[in-house]
Formats: sequence, C-alpha cells, structure tokens
Amino acid sequence: MDTVITIASGVFAVFGIVLILSGGLGVMRLPDFYSRMHAAGVTETLAAFFIVLVLMLEVGWSIGLFKLLFIMLFVLITSPTASHALTKAARHGRLRAEGDDPEAGSP
Amino acid sequence: MIDFALIVDVVVLALLLVTALAIARMKDLFAIVMLSGIYGLLSAAFFVSLDAVDVAFTEAAVGAGISPLLFLSVLKLTGRYENSSHSHALFALLLVVVTGLMLVVGTLDMPAFGDPGSPASSHVAVRYLEESAREIDIPNVVTSVLASYRGYDTFGEAVVIFTAAVGVLSLLGLLSGPREGRESPVRMADHLVLRLISEMLIPLILLFALYVQFHGEYGPGGGFQAGVIFAAAIILYSMLFGLHAAQSVARPAVLRALAAIGVLVYGSVGVVSMLSGGTFLDYSVLSDDPVSGQHLGIIVIELGVGVTVASTMILIFFAFTSRSDAAHPESSR
Amino acid sequence: MIMDLYNYWVVIALMMIGFYSVIVRGNLVKKLIGLNIFQTSVFIFYISVGKVDGGTAPILVDGVTLYSNPLPHVLILTAIVVGIATLALALALVVRIKDAYGTVEEEEIREIDEQ
Repeated sequence: MDTVITIASGVFAVFGIVLILSGGLGVMRLPDFYSRMHAAGVTETLAAFFIVLVLMLEVGWSIGLFKLLFIMLFVLITSPTASHALTKAARHGRLRAEGDDPEAGSP
Repeated sequence: MIDFALIVDVVVLALLLVTALAIARMKDLFAIVMLSGIYGLLSAAFFVSLDAVDVAFTEAAVGAGISPLLFLSVLKLTGRYENSSHSHALFALLLVVVTGLMLVVGTLDMPAFGDPGSPASSHVAVRYLEESAREIDIPNVVTSVLASYRGYDTFGEAVVIFTAAVGVLSLLGLLSGPREGRESPVRMADHLVLRLISEMLIPLILLFALYVQFHGEYGPGGGFQAGVIFAAAIILYSMLFGLHAAQSVARPAVLRALAAIGVLVYGSVGVVSMLSGGTFLDYSVLSDDPVSGQHLGIIVIELGVGVTVASTMILIFFAFTSRSDAAHPESSR
Repeated sequence: MIMDLYNYWVVIALMMIGFYSVIVRGNLVKKLIGLNIFQTSVFIFYISVGKVDGGTAPILVDGVTLYSNPLPHVLILTAIVVGIATLALALALVVRIKDAYGTVEEEEIREIDEQ
C-alpha cells in the first residue's frame, strides 16, 4: 500500500511540475494577453490541485488531510474566478486579442 | 543530504531581489503595484520558511491584500504612468552603493544566520519561552509575548491604527451613510460569476476571521490578522456590489464608533487591572487564579485590537473609494 | 562565510534598491512603493536574526525543545500593522496633494510652488 501511495504521489507531482513549467513557458511565449491568461489559469488551478493532492497523499489519514482538502476546494473555486475576473476586466478595457476583427465593435 | 531549507532560503531571496529590481526600473505604476503584491507574497512565503508563521500570516494579508488595494485606489486618482525624470541619477547611484558597502562592512561582525547561541536568542527570549508555559499557559508564545509580556507596546500599536483612521478621515472625508433613493447603476447580470462566487465565499471569510480571532492562542492568528481578514470580506462585498450597498451593511457611523471602542476596551482592561490592585495591564489580578486572569486579559484585548483593526481598514477603504467614485462617477459600477 | 551572511547581504541590497527608488524617482507614489520595499526588507532582516537552526515555529508542542526566537516575530507583527497605517496616511496625503497641485510629480510641484 505504501509503495502505491509513493508511486501515485510521484506521478501527480510530475504532472503538477509539468503544468507549472508549461504555464510559465506559455506566459512568456504566447502572443497576446488572452492566450497567456489561459496558460496562467491552467497553472493556477490544475497545478495547485495536483500539488495539494500529493501533499494529501503524503500526510495520510489525519486532521491535516481534511485541512488540505478544504484548501484544495478553496483553490478550485477561487482560481478560475480570478482568471475569469482578469479576462473580463481586459475585455471591458477593450484589450485587443490576436484574432480580433479591427472593424467590429466590442461585445 | 541536501538541505532543502537552505535552497528555499536562497531561491526565495533571489526572487525577491529580481522583483525589487523590476519594480525599481519600470514606469507603469499599475504593473509596479502588482509586482509589490508579489513582493509581499514572496516575503510571506519566506517568513514561513523561517518559522515565523504569525508574521507570514499578517504579511500575506497586509502586504499582498490591503497594501496593493490602497495603492490601486490612489492610482485611479493620480494616473497610471510616471514621467521619467532622471534627475541626478548617477550621484544617487553612487550614494546608494557607498551606503550599501558601509552596511555590508557592518554585517561582518554579526553572528552567523541561524546560530542558536546568538545574542538575540540568548537572554529575554529564553526566559519567555521557558516561563510562558507556566505563567500564561497558552501554546502560541508569540501571542503570549504580544498580548501579555509586551502588552504595552501592543496598546501603542492599537492607538497608532486608530490615529491612522482619524488622520485619513480628516484628510479625505467620508460620505456618511447610504444615500436614500439613489438607483444603483450596477446590474446583477453584468458580473454573474463573480457575484455568485463571492456570495458563497463572503460568509466563509467572515467565519474564518472569527476563527482566527479566537484561536490566536492555539495557532497562528490573533487580533490583527482577524481584523484584516474581516475587512477583506467587507471590501470584497463593496467592490462587487457597489459602495452604497456596502455602506448600508457596514455603516460608517457604526465603524467610527467601533474603532474608538476597540482602543477603549484595551485601555479599560489596563484600568480595571489597576483598580483591582495590580499595575496597568497586569492581567494576573483580573481573576482569582493568575493563569485564568491572563487568559481573560488576553482574550479581551485581542478582541479590542481585532475590532479596531477591522473597522479602521474598512473606513480607510471607504474613504479612498468614495473619493475616487466622486472623481470618476461613470466607473463606480 | 557567504552562506552565514547571505541573508543579510540580500537584505542590504533590497534596502538600497528601495532607497534608490525613493531618492531618484519624482513620482510620489513610486517613492511610497520604494519605502514599502525598504520596510519589508527590514522585516526580513529581523526575522533572519531570530531564526534558530533546527528550531521550529514558536508554538509550544509536546516533544519539541528547540524553538525559533519569538521576540523578533512580535516586533515585526507590530511593525507590519503600523507600516500599513502610515502607508494609508501617506496615500491620503498624496491624494490631497493631487487635489491641490494637479500633479504628483515632485518637479512639477516644486515649479508650481516657486511661481
């Protein structure tokens, strides 16, 4: 049982690290704000989920497990909201996206 | 074995240095304020790795929450970009380098980082750690030192916060109470996702603030952190539902009274101790048993501090926002 | 020796960056942010002084004997909250200066004063 937990936490940790690195790379290399927001949003939500999952597996059955569970729920609810709020603010400020038609009015 | 604590220490400090350099060089004040929020959050992470959990809690709430918020409210009024005026930049650089070198020479005498026998950790701190379990009997030594051993300093701090509220209100002024009959220009459907999520979260944030207030003795927490978190919940409500809705929930007249009452409660505990035969802020005489007297004193003053901090932060936010709403009425949605 | 004093040298570097922002830049808000950086670097200095190798957070737990020094934590807790109070007051002053002079750039304010 212990080896299963160790292997599972290793795999999830690798997932989390790959997501963080891809998020960082995306924020630097993608062409405009909205696609960068997508990369950052993935890191904020999914990578945090996986890292907290790894911590939960390592802590085992204790009060810490439930505290981490609540932290994960909180992150899962608030991170997408934050990405949504940023993108909405950019749209409200009429920030141009890469494929925008310059003649069309903003929604 | 790799010393992970050391790696975290080195990396986080390097990141702090990079962030500070970026702040010094940029011209876009909006980006600089966001970077200063990151700076505060990185320092909070650094404080956790140095075992300062109470401090990390406060720095995360204040440095990454309230401080960028206040800067942004002011940026709305003063403008987003700074004019590049490099007056005597070379002379300033020289001055800064010379000062830095002198300070480095000064640190060569300091004890090594983490030394258990350093003078800072050898005298009063040892006494507090050893006697706190016997004299005050609460697990969080930082709270026992803050509230009981150094209670007088904390009283001064509460008064400073109250003075800041008085100062900001006298400089900026505040609309008193919600205006009756004014149609709110905000529509629910405009920000559906944000409002639903915040309606879910604001009660939880308030509950967490109360938890932090009363569990400051058993874990990281206490009056300051609780006050700031409470204020953050009301500020979130105000940002999403409009200033008038928030002011009908947290009326400014009530907040002004509460800010004063918090400091009054703190001072009253001191006066009651004097009247019961002890010295000012000596909690041992508040009850039959000195230890339970200490517990009583700590709970009451932390409550006073929490009430003052919460009402001050909310009042300061209201003062700045009502100013910027008056200056830019079309964007007060 | 570098690792012994690395923390303090980074703190000095941060302090000097904040100090430089205060004296060179003309914009009042930028100066306040430079002061904020300076302030936080001093906090880092104090907390580094209080760290004890092998110690844990100063919350008494059964079975642990070595704790980090709680006294700097108390001082910095107070300092952080007082810092935000003075920052709020400073920002209120900046808003009033903007009302009175129409600008927050130090040079333009000086020119208006000399007229």
